Amino acid sequence: MELLGIWVAALLTLGIFSFLYKDNPVYKICESIFIGVSAGYWAIANFFDALHKKFWIGVFPTDGSDPDYFLWFGALLGVLMLMRLSSKIGWIARWPLAFIVGATAGLYMMLYFVSNAMNQVSSTMRDVIVVNSDTQLIIWGETVGSILIVIGVVSGLVYFFFSKEHKGIFGRTARVGIWFLMITFGAHFGYTVMSRMSLLIGRIDFLFRDWLHLLK
Amino acid sequence: MRREIPLIITTVAGLVFAVSYFIPHWPFGEAESIFGDWVAIIQAFAIWLGALNLVKVSLEKIYRKKEDALYAGIIIVCLLLTIAVGFYDGFTGGPQSSFRDTGTSFDWIYRFVYTPLTSTMFAMLAFFVASASYRAFRARNFEATLLLIAGFFVMGGRVPLFHLLLKPFTDVPYFSEFAGWIMAYPLTAGMTAIMIGIALGIMSSSLRIILGIERSHIGGGA
Repeated sequence: MELLGIWVAALLTLGIFSFLYKDNPVYKICESIFIGVSAGYWAIANFFDALHKKFWIGVFPTDGSDPDYFLWFGALLGVLMLMRLSSKIGWIARWPLAFIVGATAGLYMMLYFVSNAMNQVSSTMRDVIVVNSDTQLIIWGETVGSILIVIGVVSGLVYFFFSKEHKGIFGRTARVGIWFLMITFGAHFGYTVMSRMSLLIGRIDFLFRDWLHLLK
Repeated sequence: MRREIPLIITTVAGLVFAVSYFIPHWPFGEAESIFGDWVAIIQAFAIWLGALNLVKVSLEKIYRKKEDALYAGIIIVCLLLTIAVGFYDGFTGGPQSSFRDTGTSFDWIYRFVYTPLTSTMFAMLAFFVASASYRAFRARNFEATLLLIAGFFVMGGRVPLFHLLLKPFTDVPYFSEFAGWIMAYPLTAGMTAIMIGIALGIMSSSLRIILGIERSHIGGGA
């Protein structure tokens, strides 16, 4: 089965890569397999992880604990979600959708307030002049870096403030913010390119090492 | 009633999660735990809704004999096969076993079909990103030049080629050190500004949703 699996994986890999030549039936077949298997995988994963483990075991516990009848309301909302498939009573799917949107809004409002806003602000408030504790000399690399972080964060936030026209000193600060944002986007772009390259190297390594045994 | 009930549900669910952050005691702590379980169950049903909708759309394509009916058929067969194998492995194992266990048929599908297809799909982006780089990294003005320099050094600092090119002159890996400096300071500054901006945006959007000002998710305008 292992050998068959490697052959299947190799042929599917080549089938997807065939798109680099042009759109073709082999690629479309592999793409359809990908769609079907992905949907099936996540359907099964969610069935056992959430519906079976959380709902079924919770309502019909096997360890002698009390059943959690509140879970029936969750299941009822879930069934209402499936009503979306019907054109006549599809509107009722708005109820579970409203619950998910409201819960996500309430949860994320606090999570992002703490992790993204407050924690980021406190991490920006660092010692601007960094001194070596042994020699009492200024560490210039880290000092320049700290000053850059404070300037970059403040100017970047000024750029995102659209309630005031970007003119004068405000506009010049926003322009510095754009420079920092462009460096950020460039670095992120480079990082993304390298991560995709490492995935490509991984697939080629699989083809030449595991499938063809050309690499030791 | 089609609008009012969803609005009330949204507000109650949002308030419970927001207030339980400050008051994690009875009744908000318990309500948050119950609502959290409901969210997980509804999300699982939503995934199944997506799978069933995929079957519905694919069957319509086959029924109407569209040109991609063959591919729609492959989607349905692969979906049903994966689900059948998953159910078989999930229910025939013992109480301590899982459908994800090594050696199961579902694990075989995951290792030799799902994983290679996922990683190859993303690996393909390397080629498209390369062509996008050509357009993005043209030094048309000062801002685009900053983008180019940052991208160049971050990419160059992660491959041994540039270090080898500098080897005759110095042993110090200047490229990777400069890439590390960009990641540690200017990137941190830009990302912090972006993250604070995202947080403020999410907070204002969430408040609008909880207070019922934003109603697009229930089919109404903002």
